[in-house]
Amino acid sequence: MSAPFYVSPDQLMQDRAEFARKGISRGRSVLALSSPAGIALVAENRSDSLHKVAEIYDRIGFLAVGRYNEFEALRVAGIRQADLRGYSYDRRDVTARGLAGQYSQLLGAAFSGAEKPYEVELVVAELGFEAAGDVLFQISYDGSISEHHRFAVLGRDSDGIAARVRAGLDGEGATDLPAAVRLARAALSEDGPLGADALEVAVLERGRGSRRTFHRVTGRQLEEWLVEAQ
Amino acid sequence: MHEGNPASFRDYVSRVAPGALPTPVPGEGAVHGTTIVTAAFDGGVLMAGDRRATLGSTIAMRDIEKVFGADRHSVIGIAGVAGLAVDLVRLFQVELEHYEKVEFAELSLDGKANRLGTLLRANLPQAMQGLGVLPLFVGWDPQAGRGRMFSYDATGGRYEEQSFAAVGSGAVFARGALKKLHDPRAGEREAALALLQSLYDAADDDSATSGLDLTRGILPLVMSVTAHGVRRFDIEELRPLAEEILAARAYRPDGPRAGAL
Repeated sequence: MSAPFYVSPDQLMQDRAEFARKGISRGRSVLALSSPAGIALVAENRSDSLHKVAEIYDRIGFLAVGRYNEFEALRVAGIRQADLRGYSYDRRDVTARGLAGQYSQLLGAAFSGAEKPYEVELVVAELGFEAAGDVLFQISYDGSISEHHRFAVLGRDSDGIAARVRAGLDGEGATDLPAAVRLARAALSEDGPLGADALEVAVLERGRGSRRTFHRVTGRQLEEWLVEAQ
Repeated sequence: MHEGNPASFRDYVSRVAPGALPTPVPGEGAVHGTTIVTAAFDGGVLMAGDRRATLGSTIAMRDIEKVFGADRHSVIGIAGVAGLAVDLVRLFQVELEHYEKVEFAELSLDGKANRLGTLLRANLPQAMQGLGVLPLFVGWDPQAGRGRMFSYDATGGRYEEQSFAAVGSGAVFARGALKKLHDPRAGEREAALALLQSLYDAADDDSATSGLDLTRGILPLVMSVTAHGVRRFDIEELRPLAEEILAARAYRPDGPRAGAL
């Protein structure tokens, strides 16, 4: 009879983290950026139908990188939670903080307990009534949460992209939503600017008076937003 | 996989929190809301509802709203037990939005109309106890390029209407008025006038329906659906129409006269 090999918890966690990071770093990057007019949600994505940016609730958006089937299931679970909470209590009682907490629980539990950890990273973005109230929760594959207020980056080369966003914010800045999208495009573009067909763009728009603030920016509108840069 | 439809909010709630679904306790003291009318016009559909809710023979509310935007391209109006009606509308609104978010696409207008039928069917046991609600549903059909109207029965049966429809305790009288006054080729303003006239007639003969209350500034709630989406008439837009009708009725209390042939 052979005794099972002993693997130290340190080693086990390290292996799992390594595994998850490898899966995530294969994905193209996504970026959420706060501006006075709202939050721009921008992903490098060449598909028109497989979305990485999505609407969860009236003022809450969702971004993900990693394995499609996993973040798709997490997105639907988030919409269900949000709709159920808003239906049982009130629409104002649905917050990104609550949702991010639940995602963190789920990812954390899978990281330490399940057969394999989730190979995804998420951002849950909530539009404030003023720019100062914008919150971006970043949830990592191990369930750790970080809170950002100006921008959040996920995926491959996130450090490099973050540096470029910071440089952009110090320069021209994100004064309105088209400017924020242009800044995001510039930060996501490694070699040569990405075209409108390589980007998935949505916004959570402030102060339009409508309950639902999430809109996709596509086609001609997106091209116009990008062109104004020149 | 899940039981039921994975993109349906109602099916999800019935699995995880069935108590949150609209299920009233039968008994005395339920507030009833009354007449809803709808009519097609050139370019869309209009819906209007009176503002009265009754509790037995007393008026429980003078300014209740029974017509709601279901989503960006459809409107629902509902008559019957008020508490249940409002809950059903809320469930239907979340159901449509939930589908749209999960599937990245709006349901087709027929899909929405069928879904509403399913929600009503789930309410059938209450309807048998006299706690029924009956909706009218109208929306813009982008495939057909026109507005469409649907009425329902308590079993969830769905019937498409072509020119106009009415539901609630004053519906009989409203329908009679619309039959004579409404022209589906008319514009939005004429259709709105016909709907207000029909509610006036309903209020004239049905004690549970309110008319045009200019003294309080409470007028029927009117919404239109066109290719541009849902629009609610504001009071400043309705007041002149109501004043015109009341001025004419001061001379002819029974409303406009038509020839017998």
